[in-house]
Amino acid sequence: MPSLSLFLSQMFNGLTAGLLLALISAGLTIIYGTLGVVNFAHGALFVVGAYVGYAVYGTTQSFVLAVAVGALVALVVGLILERGLVRLFYDRPPEDQILVTFGVAIILVEIMRGIFGGVNLSVPSPEWGAGIVHLGSLIYPKYRFETLFISAGTLLVLYLLLYRTKIGLIVRAGIEDSLMVSMLGINVKRAFFIVFGLGAMVAGYAGTIDAPIVTLQPDMGFRVLIDSFVVVVIGGIGSFQGAIVGGIIAGEILSLTAMFDPSYSQVMLFVAMALVLIFRPQGIMGVEGRE
Amino acid sequence: MNPANAQSAVRRGLPEVLVLVGLVVAPFVLPYLGFSPGLMTRILIWGLFGIGFDLLFGYTGLLSFGQAAFYGTGGFMTAYLLTNGIANILVALLAGAAAAAVAGVIIGYLTLRRSGIYFAMSTLAFGEMFFFLENSVLGNFTGGENGIAGVPSPELPLGFATIEISSGMPMYWFVAVFFFVGYLIARRIIRSPFGAVLRAIRGNPKRAIALGHATQHYKLTVFVIAAVYAGVAGGLLGVFQGFMPPDAFAIDTSAQLIIQTVMGGVATLLGPLLGAAIWLYIFDVVQGIAGIGAYWKLILGVIFVIVVTVFRFGVAGALVRLFSRRRTQPTTPVTGVTGTRAEGAGEIAELDVVPAVASETRPVLEARGVTKQYGGLTAVNNVNFSLAEGELHVLIGPNGAGKSTFFAMLTGELPTTSGQVFFRGHEITGIGVTAVCQLGMSKSYQINQLFERLTVRQNVTVPVLARQRGRFKLDMLRGTHHLREVDEQVEAAIELVGLAHCIDSPVAELAYGEKRRLEIGLALATGANVLLFDEPLAGLGPEERVLVVKLLKSIHKNRSIVVVGHDMDAMFQLAERITVLHEGRTLTSGTPDEIRASKEVQTAYLGGVDA
Repeated sequence: MPSLSLFLSQMFNGLTAGLLLALISAGLTIIYGTLGVVNFAHGALFVVGAYVGYAVYGTTQSFVLAVAVGALVALVVGLILERGLVRLFYDRPPEDQILVTFGVAIILVEIMRGIFGGVNLSVPSPEWGAGIVHLGSLIYPKYRFETLFISAGTLLVLYLLLYRTKIGLIVRAGIEDSLMVSMLGINVKRAFFIVFGLGAMVAGYAGTIDAPIVTLQPDMGFRVLIDSFVVVVIGGIGSFQGAIVGGIIAGEILSLTAMFDPSYSQVMLFVAMALVLIFRPQGIMGVEGRE
Repeated sequence: MNPANAQSAVRRGLPEVLVLVGLVVAPFVLPYLGFSPGLMTRILIWGLFGIGFDLLFGYTGLLSFGQAAFYGTGGFMTAYLLTNGIANILVALLAGAAAAAVAGVIIGYLTLRRSGIYFAMSTLAFGEMFFFLENSVLGNFTGGENGIAGVPSPELPLGFATIEISSGMPMYWFVAVFFFVGYLIARRIIRSPFGAVLRAIRGNPKRAIALGHATQHYKLTVFVIAAVYAGVAGGLLGVFQGFMPPDAFAIDTSAQLIIQTVMGGVATLLGPLLGAAIWLYIFDVVQGIAGIGAYWKLILGVIFVIVVTVFRFGVAGALVRLFSRRRTQPTTPVTGVTGTRAEGAGEIAELDVVPAVASETRPVLEARGVTKQYGGLTAVNNVNFSLAEGELHVLIGPNGAGKSTFFAMLTGELPTTSGQVFFRGHEITGIGVTAVCQLGMSKSYQINQLFERLTVRQNVTVPVLARQRGRFKLDMLRGTHHLREVDEQVEAAIELVGLAHCIDSPVAELAYGEKRRLEIGLALATGANVLLFDEPLAGLGPEERVLVVKLLKSIHKNRSIVVVGHDMDAMFQLAERITVLHEGRTLTSGTPDEIRASKEVQTAYLGGVDA
């Protein structure tokens, strides 16, 4: 049986990983919650952010700049996508929306592969994240420790944006009844445009933040997409709190299973998802009746 | 068999004959276009894999991103049995199909609990789970990252001799046989009553449930069928390559299948084959061109997005459309309730009604204290209601009185927060809309709930099949053209609502008034002896109103009816009894004369200025 201190450190590890998963899934759930579109290009936007961050960090040596540019490029890509393509699909069946964003995902990933090649790349931690930290008996890579605060801080900012500002109010009202909102003289189309861009930006931002932790590979986009699907199915898609709850649960499952047998940790994640689908199909924070 | 029947039998069998000819001729033609026997075999394997997926996605509307799980499961099971000499080729393929079916039951049970986007997301995730299982937990059987090498070439035991099938053309013929059999079975499925229900599910799952089909069972069955196709295709892949690759389980496999199917054309069965040919050909050709070879997948991605955006029915879909447009003759529209009937059709049969088990003492339909709360809002508050045998009861009330919500609870579409509903003395609270419909009560909707992409005849077939086959039946190999009884009932229902003139028109081409009558026709065709009509006159012009009121009177003969309505003149003229709902409560109930005289009703409608 693992010792208590190992257990606690794995719990902490799970929290760090979980908040990062929550951050990765946040963009997906914001877009779905508002527009009703599941963005299958979400993982690809993550990859775009990660690679752009890699390039900027490599040339300027500034990680902060890399994050900013990575997020910005993802934002611009998202805005172009919404205006040029996704908008045409709002009135089409969900299957078509899935197919078209899925096609976009392939295109984005292949563009990244064309530019950066298919080889594995690694991004060093920023200077302020190098080294290790001691937390009691626990030794932890410093950057991973810091991502805990970065993820939590970003999620808080997003929460305040959605729940404490006027644009957030419009967005949430748009979720309830977009027709009514537009009757009230608010430009819902513009709100959708902004929200899609915001969701894409969060994906790219998460990509650059995550880049020093993972190995960069164009195909990682699908892995990220699947992870965020698991998170939102567990938490309840379209619910911002659900993404956080689902992310933390997923992180803890991965981390605590790895304590016993790492080869089972991914599988356990799917088992958890199966249990949610059996006992609470709408997700832990999901609202019943919303498909 | 008379000549007309023989002719139609030939026409029915035409696609099968063409496919057979195509499979035989292909090896003599396609090599000149650069298709090697190996490439053709590979295309057939993808085509077979795709037939199952097309049944699932094209015909039933279920977009699965996890088909690789079944392809891999079948493939590894077959390869394992063959490589270890445990079974011969046919047993090994059968075992692979069985393993894929078991996996299909488990994953289908889990993922079909939600529809639409949830289904797509969770199939993707569970598909990925199989990839992990293959690589880790089951690595001892599957060879993990190495896959299973050295799958022996198949030997066909024929009793007196054993034929070894070598690679190249013999392998093509071997796989072609499986493809053709798979195609024949799929053709039977889509032409069976079972297949008609699948199309109804794709068209409008909510209405298919309400018309008495246990759609979950159908969905799970077709999911398992698709898994079996995938399992056999996976098994053939290992046999064909002599090697079972682990990336059969990868997300890329599912993705490639989806892209091929959509590019080739959904709901055609042959679209996936066409898509596979395009994909693999582009791969071969573009790979060879220096400079752009590395971008072949990018090129495919762009083509795919264009196809999805502007060319949704794919190559095969476009061909089918072109072909059928040339074949359909313009129909002469005939208006009026009694349209012309198809020539040669005999007497129109009487539309069957489920025999009512009449009870002298109990009402046909009774609601006791039915309540619906949404959070703090009480939409329906403690409503009591009773319908006598043979009665035509009208439910009126101002907007927001809770009429539609109340209706939905009577038929079991919405669960009640509290209260009970009884149908001929039996409690039906919470048994669900499918079971209620099977008992003999159905409802038409305020907003049309039709199967837009199907014809009038196909629409009405959906409820008739539910009546004659029950909520679920595995008659997937039976031809619908043998069901004379079904046709009679369908035509009787269509005649009754006066749509005989447009019986073979797609619903999308009907005028609004005709759609409205078809909406009623669907409820009638269930054979229900208790019918609920939610605002049957909504949005109709004066002439159509007269038609519908006449229709309601004419069907009243052996059915008990409840109508929700706004049109007071028509309602008071129709009603034998009227119940008034107001703000979720029963205001009063009585004969039309009593209601007309009621002070309470006047107050409710006039806004309660004075009493």
